[in-house]
Amino acid sequence: MNDSPMYTKDHPRWLRSRVSTYWWLERSAYLTFILRELSSIFVAWFVVYLLVLVRAVSQGEGSYQQFLEWSRSPAVLFLNLVSLIFVVFHAVTWFNLAPRAMVVHLAGRRVPGVWIAASNYIAWVLSSAVVAWLLLGE
Amino acid sequence: MGDRIKLQVARYRPEAESEMIFQEYEVPCPKEWVVLDGLNYIKDHLDGTLSYRWSCRMGICGSCGMTVNGEPKLTCATFLSDYGSGSVRVEPLRNFPVIRDLVVEIGDFMRKLTAVRPWIIRKQDKPLSEGEYRQTPQEMDSYKQFSMCINCMLCYAACPIYGLDSKFIGPAAIALAQRYNLDTRDEGARERFGILSEHEGIWGCTFVGECTQVCPKHVDPAGAIQRYKLSAALETLRSFLMPWGER
Amino acid sequence: MPKRSIEPLLWLVFSAGGVVAALLIPSLLFVFGLAFPLGWLSPPSHERLLGILEHPLTRAVVFLLCTLSLFHWAHRFRYTLYDGLQIKHLNELINLLCYGGAIVGTVVAGYLLLQVP
Repeated sequence: MNDSPMYTKDHPRWLRSRVSTYWWLERSAYLTFILRELSSIFVAWFVVYLLVLVRAVSQGEGSYQQFLEWSRSPAVLFLNLVSLIFVVFHAVTWFNLAPRAMVVHLAGRRVPGVWIAASNYIAWVLSSAVVAWLLLGE
Repeated sequence: MGDRIKLQVARYRPEAESEMIFQEYEVPCPKEWVVLDGLNYIKDHLDGTLSYRWSCRMGICGSCGMTVNGEPKLTCATFLSDYGSGSVRVEPLRNFPVIRDLVVEIGDFMRKLTAVRPWIIRKQDKPLSEGEYRQTPQEMDSYKQFSMCINCMLCYAACPIYGLDSKFIGPAAIALAQRYNLDTRDEGARERFGILSEHEGIWGCTFVGECTQVCPKHVDPAGAIQRYKLSAALETLRSFLMPWGER
Repeated sequence: MPKRSIEPLLWLVFSAGGVVAALLIPSLLFVFGLAFPLGWLSPPSHERLLGILEHPLTRAVVFLLCTLSLFHWAHRFRYTLYDGLQIKHLNELINLLCYGGAIVGTVVAGYLLLQVP
């Protein structure tokens, strides 16, 4: 359908409301969505933190201890606590939404979404176990 | 809960005022009445000047979508008794220009629906003499959900991205494209890919998910869009890495 | 041939970053951000951590984690700025800051990981 001559694209008397800057406060679903999106900031913070750690380890025992000391400071602890909450929120929302994007067919039948989500969570547990095994214990 | 309820109805009369105002009407509230019954009562008995769209009154035509107490709803499927003794606020569907009272301008939506080429596209049409297309129940199941859309536009009203950027093609249109992309009779996926993926079409979607929440027919447009993003992205990757695959 | 957009590939990188970040960051942030500083668990010795880090596989994984997570942030933050603050008209500046930032971070990560003794 092309724009026929009878169809008006705009009319001065149509009422158009501008979307408010605070549209994301109008519904709780929107607010949850924005918080989920903001979690990406804390993901980026973790990358910075990780790179600071890598540099400290490269520079020797003294720098590493300094890093550990710095990581104990209240401001850094608080930031990391908030970051952890947001990063876990990211992970949970991501795994729960994954089945909506990935529809898998096995032997001609659709794999239930719950299994896709579950396999994501299992992968999460396994990766965390690898991290723990690498870093903990002596 | 008495047997009457107050409806706060949005009025916009461009020839008289330049803003939307609210007018209150008191209507009877039998337990089986829906918001649409209330509006029809207003029009028949209280104020014949009220303008609104409706048709089948049974949730299949998609005409009666409006914003009820802040939520996009089909007024024929929303019971007045659900609102107890509070008042019910009826406004036009969000994110669309308002022509008059509760009537919104849907031209943008109609153009977007057509833009995704919502018909079976074949490289070579199969002549009648060759008989019908055959499709297994599983093959039909793979797109059936997306074919249930009644074009009621509640998803567009719920989508904040569409409200912010009218270049976004929107949930129903993308779900409709998927209905055809996933249909085994169709060979038009590449053609639709060109339309959906090249422009801002679908990439503005950030998976808010409200479109699926408000859909009265459980189409799950958000799921359709995410699946499409994945297939479109993988197709783009393939065409970068293996350009000889194209024809 | 219609003009190709890079958006689908940016989305793919965003998704990959989302997966990697979701799988690895919670546990890493928990140990290095809370458990070690608060003494709930004892951190590895410098010697052990260096031994883990200097391994080429670790370097590769850490590099991928950093770069994919940064591009995940860049894409998501870009859209948050568009939609949250409605400043889409500044899109060139936003794209530069976001993806540019991710590129800079990737280069820094690569450099630091190559520098591990």
